[in-house]
Amino acid sequence: MSAKAPKKIVATTSLAGCFGCHMSLLDIDERILDLIELVEFNKSPFDDIKTFTKECDIGLIEGGCCNDENVHVLTEFRKRCKVLVAVGECALMGGLPALRNVLPLKECLEEAYLNGPTVADGNPDKIIPHDPDLPKILNRVYPCHEVVKIDYFLPGCPPSADLIWDALVALVTGQELDPSYRSFKFD
Amino acid sequence: MPAIAQTVKQVVARYGGDATRLMDVLIDVQDELGCLSHVTAARIADVLGIPQVDVEQTTSFYHFFAREPRGKFAVYLNDSVVAEFCGRAEVAQAFEEAAGCKFGEVSADGVVGLFHTACIGMSDQEPAALVNGQVFPKLTPEKARELVAGMRAGRTVEELKGDQYGDGQNAHPEVRALVHNHVRRRGVMVFDHYRPGEALAKVVKMSSGEVIAAVKAASVRGRGGAGFPTGMKWDFARRAAGDVKYVFCNADEGEPGTFKDRVILTERPQMVIEGMAIAAFAVGARRGVLYVRHEYLYLRAYLEHVLADLRAQGLLGTAIGGLAGFDFDVSLQFGGGAYVCGEESALIESAEGKRGEPRDRPPFPVEKGYLQKPTVVNNVETLCSAVQVLLKGPEWYNRLGTEKSKGTKVLCVSGDCDRPGIYEVEWGFSVNDILKEAGARDVQAVQVGGPSGACIGPDEFNRVLAYEDLATGGSFIVVGKHRDLLKDVVLNFARFFREESCGSCVPCRALTGMAQVVLERIVAGKGTAEDVERLRAWQKIMRNNRCGLGQTALNPIVTTIQNFRPLYAARLAPGDPRFVPSFDLAAAIRDYDAAVGKG
Amino acid sequence: MASFVRFTLDGKTCLAEEGAQLVAAAREAGVFIPTLCNYPGIPPKGACRICTVLVNGIPQTACTTKVAEDMNVATSTPELEAFRKSVVEILFAEGNHLCPSCERSGNCELQALAYRYRVTVSSFPYLFPKRDVEAWHPKLVKDHNRCIQCKRCIRGIHNAEGHAIFAFGKRGDKVVINIDPDTSKDIDDELAQRAMDICPVGAILRKGKGFDVPIGRRTYDRAPIGSEVRP
Ligand SMILES: Cc1cc2nc3c(=O)[nH]c(=O)nc-3n(C[C@H](O)[C@H](O)[C@H](O)COP(=O)(O)O)c2cc1C
Ligand code: SF4
Ligand code: SF4
Ligand code: SF4
Ligand code: FES
Repeated sequence: MSAKAPKKIVATTSLAGCFGCHMSLLDIDERILDLIELVEFNKSPFDDIKTFTKECDIGLIEGGCCNDENVHVLTEFRKRCKVLVAVGECALMGGLPALRNVLPLKECLEEAYLNGPTVADGNPDKIIPHDPDLPKILNRVYPCHEVVKIDYFLPGCPPSADLIWDALVALVTGQELDPSYRSFKFD
Repeated sequence: MPAIAQTVKQVVARYGGDATRLMDVLIDVQDELGCLSHVTAARIADVLGIPQVDVEQTTSFYHFFAREPRGKFAVYLNDSVVAEFCGRAEVAQAFEEAAGCKFGEVSADGVVGLFHTACIGMSDQEPAALVNGQVFPKLTPEKARELVAGMRAGRTVEELKGDQYGDGQNAHPEVRALVHNHVRRRGVMVFDHYRPGEALAKVVKMSSGEVIAAVKAASVRGRGGAGFPTGMKWDFARRAAGDVKYVFCNADEGEPGTFKDRVILTERPQMVIEGMAIAAFAVGARRGVLYVRHEYLYLRAYLEHVLADLRAQGLLGTAIGGLAGFDFDVSLQFGGGAYVCGEESALIESAEGKRGEPRDRPPFPVEKGYLQKPTVVNNVETLCSAVQVLLKGPEWYNRLGTEKSKGTKVLCVSGDCDRPGIYEVEWGFSVNDILKEAGARDVQAVQVGGPSGACIGPDEFNRVLAYEDLATGGSFIVVGKHRDLLKDVVLNFARFFREESCGSCVPCRALTGMAQVVLERIVAGKGTAEDVERLRAWQKIMRNNRCGLGQTALNPIVTTIQNFRPLYAARLAPGDPRFVPSFDLAAAIRDYDAAVGKG
Repeated sequence: MASFVRFTLDGKTCLAEEGAQLVAAAREAGVFIPTLCNYPGIPPKGACRICTVLVNGIPQTACTTKVAEDMNVATSTPELEAFRKSVVEILFAEGNHLCPSCERSGNCELQALAYRYRVTVSSFPYLFPKRDVEAWHPKLVKDHNRCIQCKRCIRGIHNAEGHAIFAFGKRGDKVVINIDPDTSKDIDDELAQRAMDICPVGAILRKGKGFDVPIGRRTYDRAPIGSEVRP
């Protein structure tokens, strides 16, 4: 890791995820100091940059696509990042949000906004929210690779900090990722 | 309820309370009660002394066993490739409109039930349907409407059929079927002059070793598709330990586009059964089972009648041909609607009353078959060949055919040609020869050997039908130039395999469905070159399935990728490879718009 | 009296009892052949196909193969390894496997094989089939989402009268495992536990059981499945 090598530019986002994968990245503890030597963050919740300001080398995607905004963000990431990494079970295969994939969307919405036990009187007009500013919900949750081409996949819920760290180092240094057994888990 | 209890008790008693006769029990009970409900299944389980889940394990496996009532008239309309070629869609629509219900449903008045079914062995007279077990071939929308009107007018199936019976034995008083034989070319093996008992008369003067030697000398090979040497099979069974042995005749005939066994069983049932008796003599079996697919139940009374006749003539039963100790009898076993039951070990499982799941091999049926006893399983046509070998000698037989494929083959020609039907030809005829005889012009492709075989294009029409070149169990489907090969043919076959997998092996169970998903994507113009490669690569995975079904299930796809690649290339989605073309945002938000009332 | 046969396993000459199951004989000889539908002590059924090896050059499932004199077995060619990984990936895409919320996670044979083969995501299309969770039984929960149809429960679990408790229903990609309400009625905790244990995945659960071993101490947390087999 030569200090002179230009820093790789990294963007991250959370689509239909819980930010757990982002938290896990922060879990790399003091290695975070090494990380900022290696990379510079662009669009990412880490630095609160909301729009891409330059072309990126690596995009880290947390979460799958459950609404049209997710799709637009993912598409933009695909356009702006050379390499896209799906991080975590939700990005890989939908994860917990994909539990709804076996139900028709209409049923889910009606349960959530009209008939569910927690709705009670909270929705007197019986409206399923559909303000034009709200993202439109997709018929099911899509794994990222069903929408755009994904180059690498990191499993886990969330992936362990070690796995994310090892993967980033491998990507930045152009080496093959050989994860340790203990860091490679689905839960 | 008492009706159920009463019926179940009677039927189970008819089969000696034997749980291995479950298929017979189910067929008869369903015949009387209309369906096999949970209550009925529980009752059967109770009387047979087996768990209810085990009964339902069998009932739910077979296409023709129904849990719910299927209407006074259960219409099973074939949805095979050839049926579609012949205008099935319009007929289906006419049925739906007349009945007032969709396929998979029963009309509100309970009179008509409409169901899809895979190839019913009538490819030369499509579109065809089974109505309460009776065949209605060559349907048109008008006929469909007439049929439904007749059903509503309270007519019986017999009345609906009328009396325009088909040719040959189709008009036999025990058959009375509207089915036609369409034997277009009579060969010397099956459709030549034949007198029952002649071959057996010779056999009883021989030793079992001599019989096997003759079959070996003629190098008879199986006509069911796999082409295993018959003499060798008989020899294995003869040498297998055990004093109880069985001979099975495989008349399951499920490969789409195949219908020769139906015609042979109609015109030459005596020859088939004589073949079984010869096999029994050779291996030392006393019991035979003729396993016939459910779709041919309309032949049941006739075949029982033929068996009784043969017993009366001393060609079945005890001391056959006057030879003391040569005792052999044959019983009929019908299936329940499952292509995989044509696989010999699945056939045996089915005959034992179980779901038709192929067995792991070894052991092979000749070592451990029906009820774990050595069992010979032979195709209908193979047994006919054996009869002729014994009658006319191996030298005669060896003069027919090619270097490596001796004798004749009964072909079932269907699809886009003027003269679909049965052609008995010597091995070695080319595809072109057959196309010419059948009156086929502007041919895009021929599916040789059914979906599990290969789809070939005009540059291969000079290839010959033989074990060493194009092997076939008989199915020969002609696809005209005007057809959409991928959509009309390949996709239909993909669906077929998905529905017919027994579900045991992981690759077969899952990849048949996944292949359909990917193929649909390609057909819809949303596939990628990667998708095509992926399908090809899956073939390697499928080779490790347990039985031939899974091993060949991707053949329609893989052989068309091989031989008709431009058809695939023309359908691939254009665009940026960084995005997945099958993802369709507009389609994905449609449900939402509908749910919030903006659709 | 047992007699021994000599066979070749990945180029090494080995001795095994005649008629021994190839999976077991290989294990004895220090070679791990992955399995899913196989379970010691119950009759094999070559269903999952993951144990496929080359016997005299021909693919055959090792769980249904008996060792015979002069048999030549190759257990680990690149093609076989690729095939095994595919089987695992297919199963993940065929059912609904949400490991993070699964009671069996960490103790699941399917997941463990995915770890062993470093499966990240399935390269097969995720089908998201609609499957049920059945909880009517007083002692058992059947989560069909996770069932890999290995039939271990069918073959291995019988009630006191020797009757089957589990059976297949339907065929093809619609197969499901059914529980017989009658024969399963009186099962005790021990049999319920055995049913849960015999299932390689989290498709059969005992009511009120699960998540009782902390992460880090579960069966496959530290070392890959098969690493107990040593040459
Ligand atoms: C999926 C599948 C379906 C089969 N269907 C039939 C069939 O309908 N009729 C038949 O004779 N053989 C069928 N076979 C082949 C049989 O397994 C077996 O090889 C044959 O009945 C042996 O008879 P033969 O040697 O006389 O051909 C099928 C095989 C498979 C794998
Ligand atoms: S290959 Fe398919 S049909 Fe044959 S045994 Fe396996 S799952 Fe059943
Ligand atoms: S059964 Fe195994 S693979 Fe499936 S979700 Fe549970 S832990 Fe994961
Ligand atoms: S429930 Fe478990 S043991 Fe039974 S078939 Fe499914 S995965 Fe196998
Ligand atoms: S373990 Fe051998 S086929 Fe499943």
